[in-house]
Amino acid sequence: MNTEAITFTIDGKKIEARRGDTILEAADRAGVYIPRLCWMKELLPAGVCRVCTVRVNGRPQAACTQPAAAGMVVENDTEELRQLRRDLIDMLFVEGNHFCMFCERSGNCELQALAYRFGITAPKYPFLFPRRSVDASHPDVLADGNRCIRCGRCVRASRALDGKSVFGFTGRGPQKRLAFNGPNLAATDVAAPDHAIAACPTGTLIVKRVGYKVPIGRRLYDHSPIGSEIEPPAPEK
Amino acid sequence: MAKPKVATTSLCGCFGCHMSLLDIDDRILKLVELVDFDRSPINDIKKIEGQVDIGLIEGGCCNEENLAVLHEFRKHCKILISVGDCATNGGIPAMRNMVPLGECYEEAFLNGPTVVNPTGRIPDDPEIPLLLDKVYPCHEAVKIDYHLPGCPPSADTLWAALVALLEGREPELPYELLKYD
Ligand code: SF4
Ligand code: SF4
Ligand code: FES
Repeated sequence: MNTEAITFTIDGKKIEARRGDTILEAADRAGVYIPRLCWMKELLPAGVCRVCTVRVNGRPQAACTQPAAAGMVVENDTEELRQLRRDLIDMLFVEGNHFCMFCERSGNCELQALAYRFGITAPKYPFLFPRRSVDASHPDVLADGNRCIRCGRCVRASRALDGKSVFGFTGRGPQKRLAFNGPNLAATDVAAPDHAIAACPTGTLIVKRVGYKVPIGRRLYDHSPIGSEIEPPAPEK
Repeated sequence: MAKPKVATTSLCGCFGCHMSLLDIDDRILKLVELVDFDRSPINDIKKIEGQVDIGLIEGGCCNEENLAVLHEFRKHCKILISVGDCATNGGIPAMRNMVPLGECYEEAFLNGPTVVNPTGRIPDDPEIPLLLDKVYPCHEAVKIDYHLPGCPPSADTLWAALVALLEGREPELPYELLKYD
């Protein structure tokens, strides 16, 4: 692989990258957080959630799939893009049924954490309250379709990391649903330790009997926003 | 100068948000120094008496009475705030929204495993407010100025927002006070 060093800018800041890096990978290494949801380090990027949208030389692009190129001018933390990302997060909330108050993933959920980071107190779109199904057939794993954002992380992880291909999708557009390679979850060879379960950013795929184990106050996003693991700490005031 | 007026109510909620307000502990003494209460379950006043500066709504709208009270609050409150997940997104009561209303009634009064109802009638006394087709968050019925999510929002969240408003600031919450659970 060609590892020639290139430079470009994000919001005016000079970023060093290697040829072959995506914008998001180069930004991470430089301590610049670009919000993301369907991207996961161990997986090939899918570019489906568009939360990582940046402007590249003025054009909107998904930072998780767009390769970095020498001299490109990237906009990331602008009011326009923050608004666009807020809108996408709002839509994910109203298109599903997110009852955070009893969700096992609350406090550790990437969707919720993004809403916190963007300071969303209520979505601006009307709630749709769709009818979605819950599959509790498996002894150790629960799939609650009410919370699925169709990011495909489980689909990619099951195939690439577990070698199982348990998850997929059926339907299109608003009808798109999580599906299993069997009549129900119990009929598949999914297991609680699978990477696919851990890959779910929301409370859709849940290991049974471990919910609420981490007390409030000690969960991943209780004290610092998602992305602060990438950004250098803010200077002391 | 007259003290600012605060009114509160619980629509389709569990009173948990009001409990959280009482959870501000001794700051409640400061609160009664700072404001006067109009209609509120805290003083049992049943009707808003005048113009109110800040109205706090707990709970979403599940029936026609909730809607009427919400409209009364909107009419009389300069600033109206949705307090808690039920007011901001329907909350636990909105779990019925995925089931048609008829099926909800049948399950509750006819077919549920613990139902004893020899008349086979669904209660229809005119005293009982009619249910809406769905449980609605307050901002889908009237204009809401600010939202304080949480189930319930913590006492610190409520206090921070109230103090900010009373001091004429925007109630912007620090990261740790904005929670959905
Ligand atoms: S999946 Fe996340 S956003 Fe949805 S209910 Fe659970 S914690 Fe809330
Ligand atoms: S189950 Fe989880 S990982 Fe899979 S598509 Fe839904 S939200 Fe994404
Ligand atoms: S993280 Fe890039 S599109 Fe989802």
